[in-house]
Amino acid sequence: MNKYKVKLKVFEGPLDLLLYLIKKNEVNIYDIPVAEITKQYLTYLEFMRELDLNIAGDFLVMAATLLYIKSRMLLPQEEEFMDDEIPDEDPREELVKKLLEYKKFKEVAGILKEKETESSDVFKRYVAVPEGIMEDDEECQGFEASIFDLISAFTEALKNIPKDDFKVVLDAEHTVEEKTEFILTLLDQKGVIYFKNIWYRIRSRLEAVVFFLALLELIRLKKIIIRQIGIFGEIKISKPLPVLNYEL
Amino acid sequence: MSFENKVKHIIEALLFVSERPLSLEQIKSVLDTEKKAIVSGINELKEEYDSNHSFKIREVAGGYQLVTDAEYSPWLRKLFQGGRKEHLSRAALETVAIVAYKQPVTKPEVAQIRGVDVDGVMRKLLEKGLVRLAGRKKVVGRPILYSTTKKFLEYFGLNSLEELPPLDELVEMEQENADNEN
Repeated sequence: MNKYKVKLKVFEGPLDLLLYLIKKNEVNIYDIPVAEITKQYLTYLEFMRELDLNIAGDFLVMAATLLYIKSRMLLPQEEEFMDDEIPDEDPREELVKKLLEYKKFKEVAGILKEKETESSDVFKRYVAVPEGIMEDDEECQGFEASIFDLISAFTEALKNIPKDDFKVVLDAEHTVEEKTEFILTLLDQKGVIYFKNIWYRIRSRLEAVVFFLALLELIRLKKIIIRQIGIFGEIKISKPLPVLNYEL
Repeated sequence: MSFENKVKHIIEALLFVSERPLSLEQIKSVLDTEKKAIVSGINELKEEYDSNHSFKIREVAGGYQLVTDAEYSPWLRKLFQGGRKEHLSRAALETVAIVAYKQPVTKPEVAQIRGVDVDGVMRKLLEKGLVRLAGRKKVVGRPILYSTTKKFLEYFGLNSLEELPPLDELVEMEQENADNEN
């Protein structure tokens, strides 16, 4: 049994696996022997299951698609519809299109990989201290503010949000991603942000909550440092001092 | 010191200090001289460095940047990266490749091409600053659009997106290969 000889390769997804099978079987991508490829695809899924790998839903969806195509190819063409002038389309067409599209980007990814390797051998200037952080450090004999300081500032600020009873339309305008990006962009421009200065822009409770989550997320990722100048003082958001470890 | 030499030295000083690639416009805004003079100054510097220095000027992300020669990477890596070589995962490379060509593009559109979900990968790319949010698509649900950043160009040592091969060319290559096989 050659079952045990199969070397497991990690696939990025169902398309990746299909491309692999097509290449391995040396079949033409424009004329895929669906029955055979489907069989191998399912064997592979079975194999993943045996190894207790988590089979992502995407793999199962593709399995269903393959079986559907296979069944459609087995069905005889319905002659009655010939009058409608609908050309017989190959049930495989859509899948082939997707495979080719994905294959292109796989190739580009390969090109990028080479570029990355080349580029990673080249070092640019290492900047030890970003501008705008050290300049006013004397004024800030700050201690590190805790999450609780942040929460109390947050509650304080929530009170100041104008209550507008007439707005009931729910808008999903605010996402953590967006706020994260906003904070980082502002930091890039200004170096330091004061909590109160951005807070007054916030219009709704939802936005405030999302904004707060974004702050916590950034702290967790060590993308920002929150400091408070004295008890009950200003809360300052800045970028962390870089460690001596070149980072792209 | 001649004017040309002075210009050359000012450019050198600017490049020396700047951590980001400097565009011709940025240099011009400081120097207040013709672009031609700046380009020739840069070219002279390039020649000087090539002959007798461990660094060079590379054209990247639409600007000029002082970087070290690849030859010295083993030593630099020891100091700055603890000897490791960082690289992106295959999923990240594929995803950023799709964003680069299809931008601005939404997450579902990228996932559609890759055949797998890209939530985690996209977040990684955002964290690394290789992609950015580029507004929202005006369709139902107003999904977020993503684009590549200047840092993306810098990271891969590209001067502009045009340096990536056109997708059609990749298709042709594909078809040629298929033809050759038959």
